[in-house]
Amino acid sequence: MNAPNTTAEALLDGRPEGSDGADQMGHLVTGELDLSHGVALYLDDITVSFDGFRALNKLNLTIDAGELRCIIGPNGAGKTTMMDVITGKTRPDSGSAFFGQTMDLTRLTEPEIAHAGIGRKFQKPTIFENHSVFENLELAMKTDKRVWKSLLAWLAADERDRIAETLRLIRLDKEADRPAGLLSHGQKQWLEIGMLLMQEPKLLLLDEPVAGMTDDETMRTAELFVSLAGKHSLVVVEHDMAFIEKLGGKVTVLHEGSVLAEGNLATVQNDPRVIEVYLGR
Amino acid sequence: MRKPLTLRVLSSLDSKGWLALGIFLALALILVPVLNLAVPEDSAFHMSAYAITLIGKIMCYALVAVAMDLIWGYGGILSLGHGLFFALGGYAFGMYLMRQAGSDAGALPAFMIFLDWKELPWFWLGSDSFVWVILLVVVVPALVAFVFGYFAFRSRIKGVYFSIITQALTYAAMLLFFRNETGFGGNNGFTDFRLVLEHSVTSPQTRLVLFGLTAVMLAATLVFSRWLVTSKFGRVLTAIRDSESRMMFIGYNPLWYKLFIWVVSAVLCGIAGALYVPQVGIINPSEMSPANSIEIAIWVAVGGRATLIGPVIGAFVVNLAKSWFTVSFPEYWLFFLGLLFIVVTLMLPQGLVGLWKKLMLKKGAAA
Repeated sequence: MNAPNTTAEALLDGRPEGSDGADQMGHLVTGELDLSHGVALYLDDITVSFDGFRALNKLNLTIDAGELRCIIGPNGAGKTTMMDVITGKTRPDSGSAFFGQTMDLTRLTEPEIAHAGIGRKFQKPTIFENHSVFENLELAMKTDKRVWKSLLAWLAADERDRIAETLRLIRLDKEADRPAGLLSHGQKQWLEIGMLLMQEPKLLLLDEPVAGMTDDETMRTAELFVSLAGKHSLVVVEHDMAFIEKLGGKVTVLHEGSVLAEGNLATVQNDPRVIEVYLGR
Repeated sequence: MRKPLTLRVLSSLDSKGWLALGIFLALALILVPVLNLAVPEDSAFHMSAYAITLIGKIMCYALVAVAMDLIWGYGGILSLGHGLFFALGGYAFGMYLMRQAGSDAGALPAFMIFLDWKELPWFWLGSDSFVWVILLVVVVPALVAFVFGYFAFRSRIKGVYFSIITQALTYAAMLLFFRNETGFGGNNGFTDFRLVLEHSVTSPQTRLVLFGLTAVMLAATLVFSRWLVTSKFGRVLTAIRDSESRMMFIGYNPLWYKLFIWVVSAVLCGIAGALYVPQVGIINPSEMSPANSIEIAIWVAVGGRATLIGPVIGAFVVNLAKSWFTVSFPEYWLFFLGLLFIVVTLMLPQGLVGLWKKLMLKKGAAA
């Protein structure tokens, strides 16, 4: 009945345990998420051109399982295009993108990638304003999303518990029954993060998650992300240096579609090339 | 604990809703027959055959309006071709009525004899069987809706483009049914019915049974629809209406959700058409005219979208006004309809139900 769903399920379950994808030739489309080498995401020599403009230019990036990585860079450095490649929205002209050891992201569709365990939060929060906060999380919950299942769906106790747990995590447990449209901007951002978490992703891509938040909200968001690292891999694109400092992970600087510098925040900030890119000659 | 499905359907209405539904059914199934049969004709309380047919007809329209609300109010998809599904159901049941109208069993319908046809076209086979025809009433609109909807929704046709295509679809079907060669009586359609299940179509008893069946069907549709929109399916549907691409990122495939509600809506229209034809006594291609389908949208807009009860109210208000206007000021009806639509769109975006809610809120605030 629902083609993308079934493919994604086949994707997750179709491969026998322990089979090693690496010994097979060519790009692999099937395979369960294999984080055995401790790497969640490999981007290798990715190039994307739009009408001759190279948005990504031989980009190499590796994110470890459970890592919290910040990506910074001036406008047009390719941050959003990179996320588009990872989520299947944009196909690279060359290069390879792997999720875990075996999943070739350049061969999967957007819903398949979502099912495989990559969640993305966009710059602008897109929540369902007419639905309650609780219902927003219910809709996002990882479950069988075909029509018949939705018709007969009834929340089990453990599912209610999971929603309640997420509500506490994003500090919206008191707002559960309010329409999401009535939340403050920062709360909407949190709700969207909560919706991402309900999908139980292994890798979270967060595009400017604290844009428009108050300082207090920003700091609490940083705490939330730090607590999520370990269980999930996080890739955060941000401009807010105080926020990045609070996160405390490794920082990657993108410039003109490739990696300019990588390391902890202090190292990166003192790198003369980074200073040049940000401040100009 | 999972709640059994029947219990969930029953609990989708609150006690006030059940009370209203019970009163409605009591009126339709007990009071109306009493007023019609037991009260003498010269009494002021006598309910005439005309009134019963009129209200029965409007209940069929109300059923169509609820079906329209499911796809438009909750699905956000404005169909301007719902008259087609209504007519398909009507024609399917009309085939049975035409077979019963012949002078003897197995005879060809009168219009075929007139065209000098010697035998029934293949798609008329089995039309003398009541059960087969009831099956057709459901399956034909469902099939047409499924095929059309699959390609339209798969190509992600939305908004005004979808509305225009549905309008073209019903118009094309109307032109097809106008042709004598199509085998559905050309521009005269079907009429002069005599029997339904061996009972006279025009007898008061048959009339009341059809009236009661329509009332029960309308009530059942309201309960079913309420369950549908309060289930997770309903929440997914409204979420797709509000932000389709976001739902795709979460992992839902909008195609099947839209297609499901589209087909359900078409089937409900087909059933309404089948109940309409024996009560009104005629079906012809003008039921598929674009204006008819637009009128359905007006009933829903007037009553209030995404409320289920609103479209029922809208269908009654507009059609009672229509039957009064077309008798008193026949030439002004279309002007009035146009005016009504403009006023509702500009001043009552939530329709009459929205107005009622606003008034209640004000009253609550004042008290």
